[in-house]
Amino acid sequence: MTVDWRPTAEIATLRERARLMAEVRAFFAERGVWEVETPVLGHGGSTDVHLASLSCEAVTPAGRERLWLQTSPEFHMKRLLAAGSGPIFQIARSFRDGEVGGRHNLEFSMLEWYRPGLDLEGLIAETEALIRRALPEDPGPLRRRRYRELFREHLGLDPFREPLDALRRRAAEAGGLDIAEASRDDCLDLLISLTIEPQLGREGIDVVVDYPAGQAALARRHRDPEDGEWVASRFEVYRHGLELANGYDELTDAAEQRARFEEDNVARRAAGLPEVDVDERLLAALEAGMPAGSGVALGLDRLFQLALGHDSVAEVMAFATPRA
Amino acid sequence: MANYSTNEFKGGLKVMLDGDPCAILENDYVKPGKGQAFNRVKLRNLMTGRVWERTFKSGESLEGADVLELDMEYLYTDGDMWHFMKTDGSFEQYAVEKKALGETDKWLKEQVVYTVTLWNDNAIAVTPPNFIELEVTETDPGLKGDTAQGGSKPATLSSGAVVRVPLFINQGEVLKVDTRTGEYVSRA
Repeated sequence: MTVDWRPTAEIATLRERARLMAEVRAFFAERGVWEVETPVLGHGGSTDVHLASLSCEAVTPAGRERLWLQTSPEFHMKRLLAAGSGPIFQIARSFRDGEVGGRHNLEFSMLEWYRPGLDLEGLIAETEALIRRALPEDPGPLRRRRYRELFREHLGLDPFREPLDALRRRAAEAGGLDIAEASRDDCLDLLISLTIEPQLGREGIDVVVDYPAGQAALARRHRDPEDGEWVASRFEVYRHGLELANGYDELTDAAEQRARFEEDNVARRAAGLPEVDVDERLLAALEAGMPAGSGVALGLDRLFQLALGHDSVAEVMAFATPRA
Repeated sequence: MANYSTNEFKGGLKVMLDGDPCAILENDYVKPGKGQAFNRVKLRNLMTGRVWERTFKSGESLEGADVLELDMEYLYTDGDMWHFMKTDGSFEQYAVEKKALGETDKWLKEQVVYTVTLWNDNAIAVTPPNFIELEVTETDPGLKGDTAQGGSKPATLSSGAVVRVPLFINQGEVLKVDTRTGEYVSRA
């Protein structure tokens, strides 16, 4: 039997990757955003219903305890912000159980940065500048697309108003999904993933804004001027159908954050998923006061995949999980 | 049978869907930025041969299907059923219905080994070998010296299949045929 020992990326590709890494660091150095390193193993994990955290047991000064592999460096970085760090970035190895496929790998490099005092529009512009710097040629113009407008354009329906049974029928048509008890957000997730996302970022960089309030995660909410519907103050960036980045106008209200974590755990229980310990240290940091501002997480492997003209993240990683 | 969750789906796994046994061909993981992950799965319905594309929420599971693929030698037909025998030395025989035989009925030859798909110990499909040697039972007379030129004509084979063959082929010759495309390969 031959053992597959070779890297999943070509050596030439990995050298290009190293060049792009240096480029990313230079980008932030020029802008006065400094690099931090935070733990991969933490006492708190992500309560997000759609993220599965890996955990391990380890001997620490407190004895043998369970630690969570971080799904992103968000919680630790927010504690730095609350401690007065100012603008910071990190290239963090992040872990998500079960995420496998052409655009996913169990562990991956997350580029995450925070800009106290900067609004969402300012952060969208900075994210755009970084992407343009990494891509070898001009990707074309940036377009802002409202979530609601995309559903109207591609599917002829209002995602916030369409009756649930009609939405389930559309989801079933699109995906052959067994949708008898699919929730509104499940149907919307399916429709955007299968019908809309592949069309995004074909002729430029598409930035989707004003997500449903139920998908706010750690972002603030605001009212849609159209009819006062609550929407999430967050954005996602797409290029060639690939989701590259996810940005928030960061929630700084500790009580609201605790309520959302607890809602997550209620949803986890309902879905038969294990509950995750709420990160009390993050909540204490928000209590102490985190400056208002925005932050964004960008899948660096995906950006490199596009910049170097590859078809999967495995082709720009030294050893993708199956060969790790 | 055990249940299999979407993250155990891989090519070749046999599962039950809408009451029919299916073989998984492809499994693609799709996830929006924040939200529910899905698996886009292509499956072949082993009863009909049709390919289905279905979407499952990641983590959902399907019941496994008790499906076996076994080598069996074709013995004979009694007109209603087609009889095959296991090649493992057990001499165990299986009777196959016309419906399960499907397109393979035109590639049958005694003593040739076929792949028989069993579901709950019933034969549901028969796959011929990729290449099979069959005798020409009927074709127009061959044209002498026309071995290099193009041009073809129909020929009926001993199994009943009709294939396009070069003009120089004569009745009574044994030919090698690709059962996947139904094309002539060479003289045997």
